[in-house]
Amino acid sequence: MPSPVRLVSDMESIDTSPAPVVEQVREAPPAPIEPVPQRSSVIAPTIAWVRQVALTLLPTIMMIGALLMVWEIACSSEGATLPSPSRVWMESYDVIVHPFKGVELDGLGFKIQDGGDVGIAGHILTSLKRVATGFGLSAIVGVALGILIGQSKTAYRALDPLFQILRTVPPLAWLPISLAIFQQAQPSAIFLIFITAIWPVILNTAAGVQNIPATYRNVGRVLSLNPFEYFTKIMLPATVPHMFTGLRIGVGMSWLAIVAAEMVQGGTGIGFFIWDSYNSSLLTDTIVALVWIGLVGFCLDRLVSWIGRRVARQA
Amino acid sequence: MKHRSYLALEGIGISFPTPKGNFTALRDVDLSIEKGEFVALIGHSGCGKSTLLNIIAGLVKPSRGVVFLDGDVVDRPGPDRAVIFQDHSLLPWLTVEENVRLAVDKTMAGEPRSARRDWVLHNLDLVQMAHAANKRPGELSGGMKQRVGIARAIAMNPRVLLMDEPFGALDALTRASLQDAVMAIQAKLNNTVVMITHDVDEAVLLADRVVMMTNGPAATIGEDLAVGLPRPRNRIDMADAPDYNHARHEVLHFLHQRFSNPVDKAA
Repeated sequence: MPSPVRLVSDMESIDTSPAPVVEQVREAPPAPIEPVPQRSSVIAPTIAWVRQVALTLLPTIMMIGALLMVWEIACSSEGATLPSPSRVWMESYDVIVHPFKGVELDGLGFKIQDGGDVGIAGHILTSLKRVATGFGLSAIVGVALGILIGQSKTAYRALDPLFQILRTVPPLAWLPISLAIFQQAQPSAIFLIFITAIWPVILNTAAGVQNIPATYRNVGRVLSLNPFEYFTKIMLPATVPHMFTGLRIGVGMSWLAIVAAEMVQGGTGIGFFIWDSYNSSLLTDTIVALVWIGLVGFCLDRLVSWIGRRVARQA
Repeated sequence: MKHRSYLALEGIGISFPTPKGNFTALRDVDLSIEKGEFVALIGHSGCGKSTLLNIIAGLVKPSRGVVFLDGDVVDRPGPDRAVIFQDHSLLPWLTVEENVRLAVDKTMAGEPRSARRDWVLHNLDLVQMAHAANKRPGELSGGMKQRVGIARAIAMNPRVLLMDEPFGALDALTRASLQDAVMAIQAKLNNTVVMITHDVDEAVLLADRVVMMTNGPAATIGEDLAVGLPRPRNRIDMADAPDYNHARHEVLHFLHQRFSNPVDKAA
């Protein structure tokens, strides 16, 4: 049986370790009990909660503050090549304060103005749309292929070596091929995201299927479940935690790929914004974009892991 | 034509190919079990008793021999031979009720929904777990999980109930209370039961017959002891009953003198 942690080396940076995630999802442990001080019957529970949150966030906030200070001091001299935080604030004031320029909300959807003058959130939304399409495709195809190679030894032997080789190809290396195939920027960008995000989804789903405990399989056999019942009642729910580990890594990687793709292709999107600001020597805009990319990537990861927990609980 | 018992194992043997040639785990196992009989299979680790149970369940195919159940040849697993696994093997994403219902939906497919639901709750009630119907296995203790495992198995209305060291993972006190539960259920339902165990007291207390296995490789049945104790049996009374102690002594003698633990002997 192949090791389920094959991907660990490259997931380390994105996802600490798959195993604890799996356990958490499967067992759904009770939420940690907030330590409420005994003598503080006077203090309302909300205050205790606020205090708890503050205690959790405080170190992070202090760390960020300290880093900003170091950065400010280090880059405050005249000849500094990297702009300091205060210069970023001053020079990119418009970009920071008006992120939704050129974005119109209508009902539940939004419309992004054509042409160059769009706020940074507009670029992010364009990129997110591409990620949604590309990553959605890779989730569907990846889960299907993962189940196939997890279930069939022959398919595993045929396809796994290919997957192992292809998954190491960096996103940008696919770009010329993807442009040659699709001839257009939009589908090429989506293909790029698709091909980057699909590998962890395939391999983790396959590992999940291969690691279904023998006793669950035996339960299915003793109950004489037919293949469809086995698939829906046992295989799918047993694989969900692994699957979502793969999807989490995949969504992170697709976010990496979109920036790379758009940097080369131009037009709209956060990758384009970075490339454009670099070409216009607006380094402070690039820094603002980096912060946005990081925050959005973090939110994507949290979103997928949240969905994973919901699904695992309901499956 | 000779009479064939309700559950009959005839000439069962199993061997696995290994790099060093064939390894024979079991040979010439003949065992006849009548309807409603409770048989305990006991032997040292590695004697192939679990393999034998899996053969009866149809999860493992024997290399030689045939298993007959009520005249039918057993050649695949099926819900008429419910298995209680040592690790309970409840599906963690389902509630207690859903776990049992999965089995009931399969074995009572033709019945109306309400009848199946009632049957699930009735069986949970039998193992005193109706109160936890909506809990998930993760929220239950080991003993409670195994009670649900028992409920799932008996809810299938099996022709044979197979127990694979059902209480092996439990502490002694929990084990005793589950043994009592099994005796109570057995008194009501009078199932045909094959139970694997390595606990001498458990075997003698619960079973009508204790079947002792020799050590592997090529293990087979060494002795077949009828336990003639009246039912209902009470574990406290049994401690002083001469018949009980006699049966216990027989099994201990077999396991520790005639066929002592192969590891200890080698050392």
